[in-house]
Amino acid sequence: MCGATEGGLSLDGVNVAKEAVIQGQVTRGGEPVGSAYVRLLDGTGEFTAEVPTSATGHFRFFAGEGEWTLRTLAPRTEPVDTRVRAAVGSVAEVAVAI
Amino acid sequence: MSREESLVTVQWVEDNLDTDGVVLIEVDEDTTSYDKGHIRNAIKLDWTTDLQDQVRRDFVSKAQFEALLSERGVSNDDTVVLYGGNNNWFAAYAYWYFKLYGHQSVKLMDGGRKKWELDSRELTDELPTRTRTSYTATEQDHSIRAFRDEAVAAIGVSNLIDVRSPDEYAGRLLAPAHLPQEQSQRAGHMPTSLNVPWSKNANDDGTFKSDEDLKALYAEVGIDDSKDTIALCRIGERSSITWFVLKELLGHQNVKNYDGSWTEYGSLVGVPIALGDEPGEA
Repeated sequence: MCGATEGGLSLDGVNVAKEAVIQGQVTRGGEPVGSAYVRLLDGTGEFTAEVPTSATGHFRFFAGEGEWTLRTLAPRTEPVDTRVRAAVGSVAEVAVAI
Repeated sequence: MSREESLVTVQWVEDNLDTDGVVLIEVDEDTTSYDKGHIRNAIKLDWTTDLQDQVRRDFVSKAQFEALLSERGVSNDDTVVLYGGNNNWFAAYAYWYFKLYGHQSVKLMDGGRKKWELDSRELTDELPTRTRTSYTATEQDHSIRAFRDEAVAAIGVSNLIDVRSPDEYAGRLLAPAHLPQEQSQRAGHMPTSLNVPWSKNANDDGTFKSDEDLKALYAEVGIDDSKDTIALCRIGERSSITWFVLKELLGHQNVKNYDGSWTEYGSLVGVPIALGDEPGEA
C-alpha cells in the first residue's frame, strides 16, 4: 500500500506493513479543528497516547492489533469517544465530528 | 516539597506574565510547538538540542547548562515556571533536570499547554527578549537520578514503577502509540516493576489529580514507603511526571528517575525481562 487515502494524511515514510495505523480528522460543522487533542485509550480504557491535531485537524497513531477508543477533547466541547479497530498492515481512517 | 511549592495554575501564570523574577519556559516533545504559538513572554528550551549532549547519550554538562541558562537570560534567583505539550511530559522532565542541577525555585504549570489551549487562553508568536545573565549550576544531584547498574540492582529490592502504558509494559507495544513501533530494544518490563501508567496521575485535561487521590493510587498498587523508589518509562520523560508526583507532591523520600529507562534497559545484554501484564519474579 502506498500513498494516502483520499483527503487523509500522507503515508509517505510510514511502513504500513509493520504498523497498525489509526488516523483521521477532527471536524466541527464540516470545518477542520486544529485545536483539538485526541487520546488513544486501550481496551480497558487506559491511556496509551495523545496527540494534538494538526492545523488541518488531522491525527495519527501507531497502535497494536485490537479495539481502541479515541477520546477527542476540544475547547468549549464535551469529550467525544469513538471506537476503532486496528490491525497491523492496515490504516484505520476515522472521521471525528465534534 | 508540596503542591503549593511546586505547582501553579494556568490562572496564576496568566496573572504573572509580567512579574519580575518569574521566567516562563516551554519544553515540548514536538520542538516546533513553541514556534507555532506560545504563552506571552515564555522562552523555549529544546530538549533534543539544549538539554542533551549532541554526541554521547547523556545530559549537557554543568558548564553547558550554565552557558545555556546564561544565554537565555535565566538567573539563579528566578522562579522558573515550566509548561509544555503532551500533558507536561517534557516540562516535568525539564523540572527534574533543573532540580538535578540545583535550581532553587522551579514550578510546573498544572495541565501544561493543553489546559491553556482548552481554556482558549491567548498564544502569541512574538519572541521575548531577555538580558544575558551569569548562571551558576551545582553538580548533578544524583540522589534523584538512577543509572543502569542501580536500576538492575533494584529488581526485587526497591519499588520499581514502570509508568508506560499497559501495552508497552506487557511488551505488546514498543513505544507510545503516537510513535512508530519499529524499535531496536526488546519488549517487556523489568521483573518486579509495578505498572502504574503516568496517566493515572492526571485528569483528562492534563491537570494532576488531588493529593488524596494520588495517595490512594500509590497505596492501592502497594508501594512500600520503607523502600527506595525508581521510576522509569521509555526515555525518562513520562517517569518525570511520576517522580514529580511522588517526590514533589506527595513528599516521598528517596525517589529517583531512571532516564536511561526502557531504551537502555531493553538493549542491555543478559538482563532479565518479564513479558505480559504481571510484574514477574526477581
